[in-house]
Amino acid sequence: MDLVEFQGKQLFARNGVPVPPPGAVCRSVDEAVAAAERLLPDAGAVVVKAQVKVGGRGKAGGVRLARSVDEAREAAGAILGLDIKGHVVHVVLVEPASDIAEEYYLSVMHDRVGKGDLVICSRQGGVDIEEVNRTDPGAVVKRQVLPSERADGLPRGVADEIVAAADLPAEVRDAAAELLVALFGAYLAEDATLVEINPLIRTTDDRVLALDAKVSLDANAAFRHGDHAEWDVEGLEVRDPLEDRARAEGLQYVKLDGEVGVLGNGAGLVMATLDVVAQNGGRAANFLDVGGGASAESMATALSLVLSDPAVRSVFINIFGGITRGEEVARGVLGALERLGDFPQRLVVRLDGTNAEEGRRILAEAAHPSVVPAPTMQEAAALAVRLAEEAA
Amino acid sequence: MSIFVDASTRVVVQGIGSQGTFHAARNRAYGTQVVAGVHPRRGGERWDELDAPIFATVAEAVEATGADTSMVMVPAPFTRDAILEAHRAGVRTIVAITEGVPVQDMTVVYDEVVRRGGTRLIGPNCPGLISPGRANVGIIPGDITMPGNVGLVSRSGTLTYQIMHELAQAGIGISTCVGIGGDPIVGTQFLDVIQAFAADPETEAIAFVGEIGGGEEQRAGEWIRANIPDTPVVGYIAGFEAPAGKQMGHAGAIVREGGPGGESAAEKQELLGAMGIPVASNPSEAARLMIERLGR
Repeated sequence: MDLVEFQGKQLFARNGVPVPPPGAVCRSVDEAVAAAERLLPDAGAVVVKAQVKVGGRGKAGGVRLARSVDEAREAAGAILGLDIKGHVVHVVLVEPASDIAEEYYLSVMHDRVGKGDLVICSRQGGVDIEEVNRTDPGAVVKRQVLPSERADGLPRGVADEIVAAADLPAEVRDAAAELLVALFGAYLAEDATLVEINPLIRTTDDRVLALDAKVSLDANAAFRHGDHAEWDVEGLEVRDPLEDRARAEGLQYVKLDGEVGVLGNGAGLVMATLDVVAQNGGRAANFLDVGGGASAESMATALSLVLSDPAVRSVFINIFGGITRGEEVARGVLGALERLGDFPQRLVVRLDGTNAEEGRRILAEAAHPSVVPAPTMQEAAALAVRLAEEAA
Repeated sequence: MSIFVDASTRVVVQGIGSQGTFHAARNRAYGTQVVAGVHPRRGGERWDELDAPIFATVAEAVEATGADTSMVMVPAPFTRDAILEAHRAGVRTIVAITEGVPVQDMTVVYDEVVRRGGTRLIGPNCPGLISPGRANVGIIPGDITMPGNVGLVSRSGTLTYQIMHELAQAGIGISTCVGIGGDPIVGTQFLDVIQAFAADPETEAIAFVGEIGGGEEQRAGEWIRANIPDTPVVGYIAGFEAPAGKQMGHAGAIVREGGPGGESAAEKQELLGAMGIPVASNPSEAARLMIERLGR
């Protein structure tokens, strides 16, 4: 799960990472104006910032400084509703402006290649760090941290080395190292896969603050972070209602823009199914992995989800049995059909693997008019594409 | 020969609930020596379905039965500790089937068990491995394949079955099939398996099934080109239609927006193709390419 800035700053604050004074989360121009009226007397200026899960907000006009209530009204009006790379802004953060002397970059992330954690620090912040890394790699310090050296968090000595290697100014090195230790602590304590501060600022009075926050949390670790669900709030971004429903049902579902509904067991097989549908001249309407150990009930839930997408004109059910047994799949399909009543789409079903023969027999005996069996993946894909075309 | 598991492999199962028992029984029926179950509160009881003893710890199971391989099927919150326990008990190979293990748990596990411990860990979030005719450890349906000389390594479960099935229909059997798992951190990498196949006299050709995301396939391709240029190798990468930035089921299967490149299926196909390793666009084509390369 990715957090937006204000959520990331909440996570930082509760883990001791210094952030600017709290602002206000606003969903309308009126709320932003009220926040500016409250904050401006002390702050002198506020920043109105789009809360979307995408980079490059500044360049896209999603971040504006306001020195008066009128300017704040204008900024909020311009930013709310703005489309930033396909992400429409529904929420802005109105925050007291900080006095920026310099901008740096600091992050901790999961390092897939090194199978550890990676700290990245640069004196050049507030810009695209990938671009800095391309043009001036010497300015980007990367330090891998293995579990054996961070059993009690990131050692202060390692943090000191990193900020020194990045050549942060002597006046702020202590504060920056302390902040890095806290940031690393947040990364571990919250099961994050990324905590990024860009920019990390040096204020005119030599403090360091996280002016921005980009945080990704590991969904697999949700079982030990009941409070993370609070950040999964509605209305932050417009999400596909089917994706929301799938998440509530615990299904791996991604909405795509084609017309052939796809469901299968196993992420790889479903991805392959999308490919085969495309190679047969169609487009998949979705990715849906019913997962291992899928019962008749979860199959019915999955099928009902796919059929409720108005774009779906035919459905390709592609099951190769490992954990999921063929007879369970067959009963699930039939159970779903019973529960769903009449629907116009036809289902191409391809079953193979564990107990597949039993599953095929159950489907054959039921002889449901909506079910079209197919022997191979290629034939099933061609059939599903043709049925979708005929239904158009 | 085969790699990692064979007829002499002795398996202890951690996680003997209904799924663990179902698959352990299938593994046993296939001919695998499943010798014990482990359950912290059921030590001393009998595992009736398997007619095997239950021990409270892996160490006791190893001591009493000579188990050298553990199959881990405990729920995700307990997987880190289960793998660490098996490693500390001295098993040679750990096969972790469980999906949904937090990445920071795996960072710790990888460091102790693999990087510093040298134990063979396969998975997590994997279907296990099968050496047809000898041993099946995990959830791969054994009856869809047969003994042979093609080594198969894959990040996907059901997709692997698909390809094994198509090869079997063409009369091509498998030396060992290893499902390494689809998570960002798995114990055994593509390249580890390919190197083991290269050292196995019975494996004459290699098929691999990759996924979008990461760069393991490319690294494996470079090693193949440099070290075993004459071995027939065929690949398949799923996810040509996967949009950037969307996670496709597996935690590792995501093409990062603005990433370094080389993560999409088409890019991987092109990079590997340039190394002389043909990469199919769908599972049937992968099987067909292998059949052609073997001249059958």
